[in-house]
Amino acid sequence: MNLSSQTITELKEGLKKGSFRTADILASLKTRYESVEEKVRSFARAPFFQEREFRPSGCLEGIPIVIKDNICSEGDLTECCSKVLSGFVSPYNATVVEHLREAGALIMGKANMDEFAFGSSCETSCFYPTRNPWDTSRVPGGSSGGSAACVAADEAVASLGSDTGGSIRQPAALCGVVGMKPTYGRVSRYGLIAFASSLDQIGPLTKDVRDNALLLSVIAGFDKRDSTSAPLPVPDYGKEMEADIRGMKIGIPREYFVEGLDPEVRSCLAEARARLESLGVTFGEVNLPHTPYAVSVYYIVATAEASSNLARFDGVQYGLRATPASSLEPPLIAMYKETRDKGFGAEAKRRMILGTYVLSSGYYDAYYLRASKARRLIKEDFDSVFKEYDLILTPTSPTPAFKLGEKTEDPLSMYLSDIYTISANLAGVPALSLPCGFTKAGLPVGMQVIGPSFGESDIYRLAYQYEQKTPWHKMKPQL
Amino acid sequence: MTYEPVIGLEVHVQLKTATKAFCGCANLFGSKENSHTCPVCLGLPGALPVFNEKALKSGVKVALALNCAVRTFTKFDRKNYYYPDLPKNFQISQYDVPFAQTGSLEIQAREGRRLVKIKRVHLEEDAGKLIHAEDGPYSLVDYNRAGTPLLEIVTEPDLFSPQEAYDYLTDLKLILQYLDVSDCDMEKGTLRCDANVSLRPAASQTLGTKTELKNMNSFKAVKMALDYEIRRQADVLAEGGRILQETLLWDEKKQATHSMRSKEEAHDYRYFPEPDLPPFVMTTSEIEEIRKELPELPEEKRRRFTRDFGLSRKDSETLTASVRLADFFEACVNLSAEPKKTANWLIGPVSFQMNSRNQDITQLRLSPSALMELIDLAETGKISQLAAKDVLQEMLETGEKPSRIVEEKNLGQVSDSSVLKTVIEQVLAAHQKSVADYQSGKENALMFLVGQVMRASGGKANPKTARQLLIERLKP
Amino acid sequence: MTISRNDVHYIAHLARLGLTEEEVSHFQVQLEGILRYVDKLKELDISNVEPMAHALDLKNVFRKDEITPSLDPRALMKIAPASQGQFYKVPKVIE
Repeated sequence: MNLSSQTITELKEGLKKGSFRTADILASLKTRYESVEEKVRSFARAPFFQEREFRPSGCLEGIPIVIKDNICSEGDLTECCSKVLSGFVSPYNATVVEHLREAGALIMGKANMDEFAFGSSCETSCFYPTRNPWDTSRVPGGSSGGSAACVAADEAVASLGSDTGGSIRQPAALCGVVGMKPTYGRVSRYGLIAFASSLDQIGPLTKDVRDNALLLSVIAGFDKRDSTSAPLPVPDYGKEMEADIRGMKIGIPREYFVEGLDPEVRSCLAEARARLESLGVTFGEVNLPHTPYAVSVYYIVATAEASSNLARFDGVQYGLRATPASSLEPPLIAMYKETRDKGFGAEAKRRMILGTYVLSSGYYDAYYLRASKARRLIKEDFDSVFKEYDLILTPTSPTPAFKLGEKTEDPLSMYLSDIYTISANLAGVPALSLPCGFTKAGLPVGMQVIGPSFGESDIYRLAYQYEQKTPWHKMKPQL
Repeated sequence: MTYEPVIGLEVHVQLKTATKAFCGCANLFGSKENSHTCPVCLGLPGALPVFNEKALKSGVKVALALNCAVRTFTKFDRKNYYYPDLPKNFQISQYDVPFAQTGSLEIQAREGRRLVKIKRVHLEEDAGKLIHAEDGPYSLVDYNRAGTPLLEIVTEPDLFSPQEAYDYLTDLKLILQYLDVSDCDMEKGTLRCDANVSLRPAASQTLGTKTELKNMNSFKAVKMALDYEIRRQADVLAEGGRILQETLLWDEKKQATHSMRSKEEAHDYRYFPEPDLPPFVMTTSEIEEIRKELPELPEEKRRRFTRDFGLSRKDSETLTASVRLADFFEACVNLSAEPKKTANWLIGPVSFQMNSRNQDITQLRLSPSALMELIDLAETGKISQLAAKDVLQEMLETGEKPSRIVEEKNLGQVSDSSVLKTVIEQVLAAHQKSVADYQSGKENALMFLVGQVMRASGGKANPKTARQLLIERLKP
Repeated sequence: MTISRNDVHYIAHLARLGLTEEEVSHFQVQLEGILRYVDKLKELDISNVEPMAHALDLKNVFRKDEITPSLDPRALMKIAPASQGQFYKVPKVIE
């Protein structure tokens, strides 16, 4: 029985009926892994196909879940796909992992990612790049490229990723799966190895909207170990998404439909809009006037935070320690530098240099402070649109999946591939990407639904109703 | 040219909370290395800080006791620098919005009592401890202390002699002990002090170039280091040299400072708001609530002791130099002890016992009521003052009640003139010369004879009665 | 904004990154490019805008002063690159 392509919902049904057991799911996934992993390389390292212990109750009972390599699970290697963390076995569990375990899920393995989530193509992993299951000469997007690719390639039922500037949504769009970046504070960050603390959120990547809503319901909620987690109850998203969408008001931001947007992506969006209009949704053009500044704000704020967050990887307590054969510097400083030089890849170094620079003496006001102020303007753009509109609809990525190596030498062009996704992180609002068509070359296109803070239910509602009327989520790559 | 030193002090105080500042690990000194650590205080990847409410409350208490303006809005920042005792290579601290600022502390200066201006008080986390191995090219790290809540109290450059610095530290420590927020033990490192010092021509308002002194492990060392550094700077200036702005380490063994060149790289700490901790907002009324909880502070207590109990300023200062001693004194007075006499006893014989045993008042086997009983026995003449001291000694050894000791050891004072007269005859017979001296007008000889009667009676004779009887007996 | 090689060296030292001369040249050019791009923020009038450090408007998040279990130091020493007893061991720190 091939179970690897089934959704959580379908698998739950089968498990409940007794048609198969968790071991059968794992066996199917193993078979699939063995046949396609060589081409896709979704995983950071070989997953566990043996049945690990799981709690015999809860809404994910017996369902294997893949998590990104930056989410700590006790006793497992958690390396952020970076040499600097090589051999780091986490001595504790992330809160989301505890939630998954309480719900009966099994942590099946860790997905490949851009090193420390620095990237939009999954090419900066210290292991190997992940490839797009729809065209293995292309990237899966990033940084949660492995989390998206494993779901798209049916190597996993569902996965968790993390999103700092689009790292769940962009790969979800490029791989044709559903990816949600929840409201900042909705999901605990405890145990998520931080990239940029004020922007990071963990979220689910799934084969359809229903699975996504289910998985978010499990991982969301207040956590007393995360001071930035919201003390709010978690709705039953799966239930709330079934409500009618007639009469919903959707804003289309002018600034997102400009030069640089691929014509095929543009037309997919237009079709999606028409489809939604036929479901009784109304549209209006809106302005998010500070959008052109978002990439700048993002690369200042995110790298500044990252430069500080990554300072701890110094060879003292865990991970890599490298000692130079000889050095003119004092031995400790020489060890720090050698460890960090050998441990970090080029993109990580680039971001730490940028982040250190914008915080350094004499430049703080010109860069970090200015960016923090502009960030507020970006947030206020959203606040004013959401006074009149329920949701915002945009493309997720300006282009479909690009070729491996196409942007690696030009960091700025890589940064610009996040142009539509980073504003949601800066504003803290939730945003979801779901498939809305394919290019002529057969590459998936994603659309992004952005909601006001804690408006995940409305996002799921729109996405679910749209998905019900479209075939995109049923399409499978040929591998 | 004569120069005047200008000194500023930066005091770090570990707060006595049950747990660390941002995690639930025990805040304990002296445990086995790295046994009080968790993902948060080790800065393991993915761990996040959550602030200890007690730490803020203790901090606010200190700030209010130092007459600071407490901010209604405060936040944490990250101070970024690499050092192996700092697990995250940044310290959670406060930069541009310290939770309190512009306060003062009243000290006893040469020209009388005056206010020392306090610039700011902020909260931060402590670092771990480094041990430099003697036997190899490495250092060892213990993170038990990492994440302990630390209060940084910074004065303005408003102290003008090493003695003033010493007095400020003594008074500050006393206030912190009254607030019961810290052990303030410099040897354990729960209180640490760095000093800035510069010289300026007398009467000038412009500050000279300052140096920073570190590594002093007692208040006395702070004073010595400042004395040394002021002399050093004066010598440099006298020779026409310039003072370099630098950090100097005090070497206790050599009694000298030396330059700390290796740490002298640019201090570019790249402060920015701590993204993992939302800000803290207190209302004025919440701050006032905490103010109401403040205990009586040393200076208020001194004034009250002088005013209400008629004690001298000096006695009040001595009694309040330890909150425990002051509390003991008040407990006695509340049991309607006579304040002045009680103070004398506490400052005299009881303090003598504390010093010789190296114990504080709560560690002695002495209750306020027992002390009162003892004072009563002495004051009513039931035992002599001399015997009373022996009784006190015995009380502390055995924990017995004074009356019981007097009875057992037969220390009751003898006022019976028939008994005393026999003793007096013996004394007079043995000290004929003194008798002659007295009779020829040397009053001092009487004192000697009284003393001899006391001695012959084993300390039990009532000195007043003995004196009276002697005068009568020796009347010409 | 021009970035000198010295700037890159200084920043790399602050971030404790040992860079090869080739990397320094590379980052010098790329950093300049990125900074030129982000310079567009200068167009914005932000004089009356409060900086935004957090995405969510929370305040006063505290924990009670209650002890929670610590980790087993032996487990920590297992993942440490170098240790002695229960201490982490690092190259000698020179003061």
